[in-house]
Amino acid sequence: MSMVQAMLLKNGRIIDPVNKLDKKGSLLVDKGRIKAIFTSRQKVGELPKKLLSIDLQGKWVVPGLIDMHVHLREPGEEYKETIESGTRAAAAGGFTAVACMPNTIPVNDCQSVTRFILEKAESASARVYPVGAISKGSHGETLAEFGEMQKAGAVAVTDDGKPVTDSQLMRRALEYASNHRMLVISHSEDSSLSRNGAMNEGFTSTSMGLKGIPHIAEEIMVYRDLALSDYTGCHIHLAHISTRESINLIRQAKKNGFPATAETAPHYFTLTEEAVKGYNTNAKMNPPLRSPKDRAAIIEAIQDGTIDVIATDHAPHSVLEKDIEFDQAANGIIGLETAVPLVLALFRKGHIDAPRFVELLSSNPARILGVKGGSLGIGAAADIAVIDPEQIFVFKEQDILSKSKNSPFIGSRLQGKAVLTLCGGRITHNLLSP
Amino acid sequence: MSSEYLFAHKHILGLDHLSVPDIELILNTAVSFKEISTRAIKKVPVLRGKTVVTLFFEPSTRTRLSFDIAAKRMSADTFSISASTSSTTKGETLADTARNIEAMMPDILIMRHPSSGACHYLAKHIKTSVINAGDGTHEHPSQGLLDLMTVKEHKGEISGLKIAIIGDISHSRVAHSDIIGFSKMGAHVFVSGPATLIPKEVEKLGATVCSTMEDAVRDADVVMPLRIQKERQNDPLIPSFREYASFFGINRQVLQNAKPGALLMHPGPINRGVELAPDVADSAQSVILDQVTNGVAIRMALMYLVLGGK
Repeated sequence: MSMVQAMLLKNGRIIDPVNKLDKKGSLLVDKGRIKAIFTSRQKVGELPKKLLSIDLQGKWVVPGLIDMHVHLREPGEEYKETIESGTRAAAAGGFTAVACMPNTIPVNDCQSVTRFILEKAESASARVYPVGAISKGSHGETLAEFGEMQKAGAVAVTDDGKPVTDSQLMRRALEYASNHRMLVISHSEDSSLSRNGAMNEGFTSTSMGLKGIPHIAEEIMVYRDLALSDYTGCHIHLAHISTRESINLIRQAKKNGFPATAETAPHYFTLTEEAVKGYNTNAKMNPPLRSPKDRAAIIEAIQDGTIDVIATDHAPHSVLEKDIEFDQAANGIIGLETAVPLVLALFRKGHIDAPRFVELLSSNPARILGVKGGSLGIGAAADIAVIDPEQIFVFKEQDILSKSKNSPFIGSRLQGKAVLTLCGGRITHNLLSP
Repeated sequence: MSSEYLFAHKHILGLDHLSVPDIELILNTAVSFKEISTRAIKKVPVLRGKTVVTLFFEPSTRTRLSFDIAAKRMSADTFSISASTSSTTKGETLADTARNIEAMMPDILIMRHPSSGACHYLAKHIKTSVINAGDGTHEHPSQGLLDLMTVKEHKGEISGLKIAIIGDISHSRVAHSDIIGFSKMGAHVFVSGPATLIPKEVEKLGATVCSTMEDAVRDADVVMPLRIQKERQNDPLIPSFREYASFFGINRQVLQNAKPGALLMHPGPINRGVELAPDVADSAQSVILDQVTNGVAIRMALMYLVLGGK
């Protein structure tokens, strides 16, 4: 880990939609903060004496990316991932902050677990924002202590990994969280419809003899959650949206002024259920990969603002959970190290522009979580990612920094990469030659 | 069949990866092997010195015995492992179990497993030939092939026939292999059953879905009811066997709507009085026991062909 030093990032494309900035220029980092931004017309002012100066040759300089949906597996499943390894993977992917889901062992449902996570995170390569459980043990019965977890440092609550089946509990969670101004994140799934399912229900599941998860399992619960947010007036954030009808419901709800936001994950706009063929457990996740029409609807929703955030749902699993029979295999894939090229694919195809890329991966998650970052304000902590949108690379298993290698993109040729990541001015990832 | 044609499959994982020439070769080979079982000395030295292991993670009487007899009639040495006696109960993974068996150098591993795709998984991990004896709700290729053989034997031709499959299409790996196999060979497959048991988009596999059993059976050349289970893993599928029998059970009256001389088939084991009335099960139209006889021949052919047909 390198020291915090003064640094001039020269000749970059500086993109900060919060401050309505998208210009060529240079950014000066000093004492861990953004000291100044000089656009090309301005002269670079007085510079600190000991200065690391890097010519970026047009690469993007963006606010550090924020992944509001990751599983760091610590405490309890350190063989899959630790806060240390997970945040190193995050930094390599251009992320300066991650929000970690509470489905650890034990569940992060009380202040002591939250504190444990934050203690571990002190030496991490990215900021870690713990998300507490909605219900004790995430058993879906009684409310966890939101206030105490928040005091300890939790930024949101969710029972992610499983749905809150009891609608009254979800209603109370929304109401009670509003006292603490805590975000409630919903894993929207009607588990009676998805029970024992292994992939999206349709022709592929039929032909593979796998029990299907119908898209309505998500949509029914998305509607319930939207209705609850409207009724209570409390903000709800819908995690990992994967289907067309969910998108239609959210779009309509937003039009009607419901206080709801939504996220999707890169695999939902990159892959379809076809990826499961051959019983590929690295294409098994929940919600499952869907049909081409769902994928198209997700892309449209990213374009029109129905989707606010792209989060990876980084879900590390070892070969013990993945290199087994498909129906027995665990759900989830890692995502931190592939998010940038997968989202940039949308940029290259003309679906989104560069500022929208920053909104989806940084500004919006910061705003929705209520955490710092997401912009390049003068005086703010220097959480910065430098992205080379052109760099082509093959995603290789041996290059993965996450402890787990469960990615369907291994062996894929990807384009676009984070080449430098600064967290509070500290270099957490650097592929630029000195 | 062209003279350069070679059977290129090391594994038999399902009918979906077999071509029409592959299936024809298997059926022809099975026909030529069938006679061996009628000899006074039921043994040929074709697979002498070869080792065949059957690894069954689900109970089976017929299929397991059929593979065992088939292997022995070809002079292979056979060994059986079942889940209750295997080390999986000690927490060993499927891949490790398979690798350990492979280390003893068998030539063919025949597996039945409750997970769909388990045989595909095995084929990826070991070099031994794998024959799928039923994987989850996916495929049961040797059953599909013996059904094709039985129909061909009685009808001469498969192409153009109407095949009616009645019952639990969702959970039946036999139905799955039959739909693929009969469609590939040019027959028209009609399926019917409670809508709770018809899988999504099964039409794309080649089947026509009928909302009533009568539509499926009308003018059929083959009628095949499937074994039914009342519920699976808390999923309510039918209200009762009694109700099922009265709406979807095959009895003499239903069978009268089929073509004269239609074949009655069943993959077994039969729930007498549920999906099949006892009198029709034992009627002249029933070829259920022919299916069992042909099963041995098909399995002899499969073992012979996956080892190179020499």
